[in-house]
Amino acid sequence: MSGKDKLAIFPSRGAQMLIKGRLAGAQKGHGLLKKKADALQVRFRMILSKIIETKTLMGEVMKEAAFSLAEAKFTTGDFNQVVLQNVTKAQIKIRSKKDNVAGVTLPIFESYQDGSDTYELAGLARGGQQLSKLKKNFQSAVKLLVELASLQTSFVTLDEVIKITNRRVNAIEHVIIPRLERTLAYIISELDELEREEFYRLKKIQDKKKIIKDKAEAKKALMLAANRDQDMRDSVANLLDEGDEDLLF
Amino acid sequence: MALQAAVKGKLISVIGDEDTCVGFLLGGIGEINKNRHPNFMVVDKNTPVSEIEECFKRFVKRDDIDIILINQNVAELIRHVIDSHTAPVPAVLEIPSKDHPYDASKDSILRRAKGMFNPDDLVH
Repeated sequence: MSGKDKLAIFPSRGAQMLIKGRLAGAQKGHGLLKKKADALQVRFRMILSKIIETKTLMGEVMKEAAFSLAEAKFTTGDFNQVVLQNVTKAQIKIRSKKDNVAGVTLPIFESYQDGSDTYELAGLARGGQQLSKLKKNFQSAVKLLVELASLQTSFVTLDEVIKITNRRVNAIEHVIIPRLERTLAYIISELDELEREEFYRLKKIQDKKKIIKDKAEAKKALMLAANRDQDMRDSVANLLDEGDEDLLF
Repeated sequence: MALQAAVKGKLISVIGDEDTCVGFLLGGIGEINKNRHPNFMVVDKNTPVSEIEECFKRFVKRDDIDIILINQNVAELIRHVIDSHTAPVPAVLEIPSKDHPYDASKDSILRRAKGMFNPDDLVH
């Protein structure tokens, strides 16, 4: 990052107010985004611990399901092909709802029963009990997996959003705010410089004015002195005249 | 179209060995659509990797599938394809198969989560 980079703006009072406003906005936004990131992080941790828990649980459930499949096979005989060929319509389907965390929509999956069991008659001859147990086990496995899937989807979505939010927070903190601060400092220094210049100019004008005034005063004084000289001479003559007149009496 | 798909229930698809598929089909998730495309795939030891890959890609593309279940040993074969699938929907779940125990350290999602939590939690 270049240390000197700032916004290209003309340093004036107006621009200073503008940048001040933007800086305040950036700081507010930074605070809000930080809060959002924290909220997401809390949710993220929660989901993570739940995922790990559910994954371990899934291992158990799948083991049990596989075992009941073996049991059913032992009593009923091999029914793999029959099952694979008789697929028609799904009995368990998924609905998705939306959950909202700090403005991020997370899909939540939910399984529901739709239609009747295709394999209702499977195991009618023998092993019916094992088969129904097997079905039940796998249905609970499916339920758990659907739950796990929504957790996992939330995890992926949140991961992405947290990354974006953190990137924004860091960009504001380390790029935008310093840049605005530098611009503000630049404007203030420029304005100070202008003020100093103005002050100096005023001083200079005052000096100039003083010099002119002094000169004028000196001139005036000179003229006044000259006048007085003249007057004096006049009055002396008058005085003499008067004296002369006195002599006439 | 998208709205319609959202209202309609979505499917779960399975890629895995025969026993896993049979189990989940009995659980009631199997469906064959109008074009006779099933939402499951049976993998045996003779199935070429390219076929699994193609099937996985097809399931990802289908908009009526929300969750893809895949056996972990099968997922290992097409790991690069699974890792390149980063969109949240459809969710790809790795499940243990009958003869391969679940190894959490191989899971795509858990590997991404690594370092964020205690590694002891992984080993259960």
